[in-house]
Amino acid sequence: MATKAIERRNIVVRSSARGFKVSLSRRVTTVFAWMFVVLSFLFVATMFVSIIGDVIIRAWPALTPKLLTEVTSGIGGGLKNAIEGTFVMSVGALLLAAPIGISAGIYLSEHGRGGAGKVLRFLSDVLVGIPSIVLGYVGYITMVIYLGWQFSVAAGIITLTVMLLPYIARSTELALANIPLAVREAGYGLGAGEGRVVLSILLPGAAPAIMTGLFYAVALSMGETAPLLYTAGWSNYMWNGQFTKEPIGYLTYVVWTFINEPFAESHRIAFAAAFLITTGVLILILIGRWLLVRGQRRMGVYQG
Amino acid sequence: MKIPVFRVALISTASFLPLSLISLIVFLAIYSWPAIQFNQFYFLWTNDWNLGNLYGNPVTVHGTQVMPGAKYGIWFLVVGTIVSSALAMLIAMPIAIGAAYFLSEGVRKSWAGPLSLFVDLLAAIPSVVYGLWGYALLVPLFGQTIFPFVAKTFSFIPFLNGDPGSGYGLLTSAFVLAVMIIPLISATLRESIRMTEPELKEAGRSLGLNRLEVFWHITLPKLKTVLIGVGILALGRALGETMAVLMVSGNALNYLPDNIYAPISTMAAFIASQLDSALQDPTNMAVEALSEVALVLLLITVVVNFAARLLLWMARVR
Repeated sequence: MATKAIERRNIVVRSSARGFKVSLSRRVTTVFAWMFVVLSFLFVATMFVSIIGDVIIRAWPALTPKLLTEVTSGIGGGLKNAIEGTFVMSVGALLLAAPIGISAGIYLSEHGRGGAGKVLRFLSDVLVGIPSIVLGYVGYITMVIYLGWQFSVAAGIITLTVMLLPYIARSTELALANIPLAVREAGYGLGAGEGRVVLSILLPGAAPAIMTGLFYAVALSMGETAPLLYTAGWSNYMWNGQFTKEPIGYLTYVVWTFINEPFAESHRIAFAAAFLITTGVLILILIGRWLLVRGQRRMGVYQG
Repeated sequence: MKIPVFRVALISTASFLPLSLISLIVFLAIYSWPAIQFNQFYFLWTNDWNLGNLYGNPVTVHGTQVMPGAKYGIWFLVVGTIVSSALAMLIAMPIAIGAAYFLSEGVRKSWAGPLSLFVDLLAAIPSVVYGLWGYALLVPLFGQTIFPFVAKTFSFIPFLNGDPGSGYGLLTSAFVLAVMIIPLISATLRESIRMTEPELKEAGRSLGLNRLEVFWHITLPKLKTVLIGVGILALGRALGETMAVLMVSGNALNYLPDNIYAPISTMAAFIASQLDSALQDPTNMAVEALSEVALVLLLITVVVNFAARLLLWMARVR
């Protein structure tokens, strides 16, 4: 023990006496770089806290039961119709987009190595980048004007669906790609057809990751405004169950229009709507992450 | 021969994706064709969006019916869109790189998970909430305090001097856009930093570089392609952002910004804000011209995304 300590001390002495010295400019640069790195993270964290805090603080006075029981009226009222509309359109878009998106994802992961698969993947990646207002405008000229649906629930849902498709396809593809090849081989080796392998082996295994993707997709569609402005329109009343020729209200519209009114009452409603969307979106994202973590822990094998 | 029902079903549903992209472009092109013919190439280069005299009788120009005096030129939108996005990239890039380094190597693993939630959740906040935050918090703060101060202090730098404006404008839009795209860049970069071969980093360390120098001289150059690809991807997002920009940009019309505080408008925000007035045009030319704006925006973002995906694909990152 004693010799070891001496050895160690010798090394220390030697290195401080003859080891290379880090030049002052390098040390100063490093210190500044560290400060920049820490500050840039703090900047991001501050922005997040500032957005959430701003919305919560200003929405607080408006968070009354009235929001849930009354419909919007001119400059005030509640948000019952908007909450219902956001719910109807998110769920509707999910119901349309999930089957198509999941099948596209299955195709990409199981047959996506060929030329057609590559093209499809590339185009779906490009589709992700299309601005949502452009989707909304195309929805307007095709469905609202050409098909004569007017501002309607169906036009809004279909526009949102086109927006969600590539996201769902991508998350499904990644989820399936994480399942080892051996699992597929075992399935085919037992004589199962492709449909059976995908439906009874791969999809259950990838279910947590796919569900996470679906939760993210709903969160995305909840927070969208631009594609709905010209497709879903706006309505002060509850939805009457009609899919065409009947506009519908939604929360994000309230945020945008009510903040432009000159009344404190409308501003409070706008912040209350923003609060509801933000909490909804963040809760969906957190549930999605939790599902993924839990699924990975349970399955163990398929690292997502 | 047995028909592979399952695979046919997969292919037919999967083809919805490319079909929707192609039909988007085709529908927009068909609908805006009269406007394309009427405006020709002056559309992009002239700075004059004027619906004409909406109470007059339609006149026939180049074989199409328009309102008297109607002109459609979107140069101010082209400038506003590109400059605000470029400025946003300028703000976002260094901060995103810093934050990505901090979360991937700067803190210990057990802290990185919870701390990276800040970045991941920031990406999930809806754009209209960003807009609301910009409108209610940033615009008064920037307009009353920060811009006048900056304009006075840096009055010797061109574009930073002059009238600090009301807070609505180019710099506010760029700032909000930057906050929106930082998490996008940062998240991908963080994964790529983690995936970089440890051997490279170890080699750098053994040459006596400290961790930050390893990052700056070895990891970051290695990730150059990823960085450019993700950057272009974020640029595409910034170019097409609607609601947040609409609420803080000041919605300038036919006005070119002369400094970074001046009000602007972007193509996406313009489409969102102008349909109501375009619908007043009985000849429908204004709606078709707006559709041409959408087509231009669509083509720009398709090209931008195409380039980004190609780069990322070459770098084997998805």
